[in-house]
Amino acid sequence: MTTFVELLVNGISIGAVYALIALGFVIIFKATEVVNFAHASLLLAGGYLVARLWPLVGFWAALLIGVAAAALVAAAIEFLVIRRANVASHSVLAIVTIGVDIVITTELTRQIGTDVLAMGDPWGSEVVRFGGVTLAETRIVALVTAAALITVFLLAFKYTGWGVAMRAAAEDAETAALMGVRLGRVSMSAWAVAGGLAAVAALFLCVFPTPGLDRSTSLVALKAFPAAILGGLDSTTGALVGGLVIGVTESMMSGYQNDMAFLGRGIGDVAPFLVMLVILLIRPAGLFGTKELARV
Amino acid sequence: MADLAVSDLVVGYGPVRALRGVSMRVPSGSIVAVLGANGAGKSTLLRAISGTLRFHRGACQGAVTLGDQRLTGLDAASVVARGVVQVPEGRRVFARMTVEENLRAGGLGRSRRENAKAHDQVVELFPVLRDRARQRAGLLSGGEQQMLAIGRALMAGPTTLLLDEPTLGLAPLMAARIAETIKEINSLGTSVLLVEQNVAMALSLASHAYVLEVGEVALEGTAAELRDSDEVRRRYLGVADAVEGTLETRTLSRWS
Ligand SMILES: Nc1ncnc2c1ncn2[C@@H]1O[C@H](COP(=O)(O)OP(=O)(O)O)[C@@H](O)[C@H]1O
Ligand SMILES: [Mg+2]
Repeated sequence: MTTFVELLVNGISIGAVYALIALGFVIIFKATEVVNFAHASLLLAGGYLVARLWPLVGFWAALLIGVAAAALVAAAIEFLVIRRANVASHSVLAIVTIGVDIVITTELTRQIGTDVLAMGDPWGSEVVRFGGVTLAETRIVALVTAAALITVFLLAFKYTGWGVAMRAAAEDAETAALMGVRLGRVSMSAWAVAGGLAAVAALFLCVFPTPGLDRSTSLVALKAFPAAILGGLDSTTGALVGGLVIGVTESMMSGYQNDMAFLGRGIGDVAPFLVMLVILLIRPAGLFGTKELARV
Repeated sequence: MADLAVSDLVVGYGPVRALRGVSMRVPSGSIVAVLGANGAGKSTLLRAISGTLRFHRGACQGAVTLGDQRLTGLDAASVVARGVVQVPEGRRVFARMTVEENLRAGGLGRSRRENAKAHDQVVELFPVLRDRARQRAGLLSGGEQQMLAIGRALMAGPTTLLLDEPTLGLAPLMAARIAETIKEINSLGTSVLLVEQNVAMALSLASHAYVLEVGEVALEGTAAELRDSDEVRRRYLGVADAVEGTLETRTLSRWS
């Protein structure tokens, strides 16, 4: 039972981090209809800066710079690549983002080499005990932070002028423009927010019990793709539910994999994709989505 | 306040020529009607003015000016910022957003005080928008959606309002209601460029009108002149008994 609770809380915590990534992915899609395959590279860039800068400026300043830089890089991709690419189809833009991803990831992987970079976070490997349940402090901080960021985001999306402009542009870009909404700003801000969220997610993907940031970190981030897709590419609710589903599935499958030896080792890594496939077979637009991926 | 003028406007969608040298003027404070059958180029004209041709892969030559400012080449948001606001064909309310959020979307570029003032005016003009404030816009009736679309455009504080077939598909009573509203908005000082297929209604509101035919101005004149022109009576009012000044709600007999 305690194992179950530990796995569940850990799953929810890591799921909330996936949800941060998926949320960014979804708002980029809502604002620009582009499937951003460069998302994992934004995450890697933010995390890399935090890891390199904390010995120089301290953890909190490094985190701030990492988040700001990832937001800036994302905004720059929107401004310099997505906006200029004069192509008819959003699928072509999605392929363009693959190119961007390769450029950024290759360069960062070269910089990182075989190192495992510590994030310099203040939580280290501390654990907290509730009754018989033992949880890593990092997991609790991740859960609280992700929940807070998601709440702020959803409130802004619902109540601020920025949110109204985002939703109007997502629903009908031409009419939004006719009402004076500046579509360029809307889409750039969507990219920037997504980049910032990805950098925060990078931090929590690389702290205890993970040894640190290394060149495989962007592969870990890839698990947020099934989260966004199974939730529905154009649904913020879907991103949250999708993140949690993936996080909990992964945690449970890894935790109980000895009991499921017949499925083979490493089932925890494969499970997110299996869950995505099953859900897409039943609901092609994802749990909460309105657009099928095939029509993207 | 300034006159909106279009001169020698040529618009193409790829190889398709939709406008071939159209010129017209909306004097400050007036209502000007643009009439014409389906496909004549009426919506294209409004797109060229509002700067939304790029959403349709269209390109334009010629000039659109507001007083001595050129609007040609500006993006849609900048045209709105200069006071020229369009209510598009088919209403295009944001169906997934509430009525209140739709109105808010119209006033995003303005200050809180301007918005509060415009909001008061809009709900006074259309009280139903206050009653339905929290409903999803997609659930409104066609007439209510048209009111919302007009209200949303008024939130942007237009000095010139472009209306694309505002009575299309509405019941006669609702169409008459919209016509009244247009008159009222105009009496408060807003110039109106009214695109309509409901010719009798349009001519009863407008002081001046243009008839578009396959991308060209075929006829123009004062509303009274056009009402009396044999051409218009035969082609658009359908019959010889169209009485001057009545709110005839029959749509024109379409011609191929
Ligand atoms: N997005 C578009 N792409 C290609 N051709 C178009 C497009 N929109 C309109 N057209 C063409 O331009 C002409 C004028 O259309 P439009 O301005 O919509 O006319 P109206 O509003 O008077 O019905 C028509 O021949 C129409 O087929
Ligand atoms: Mg039209």
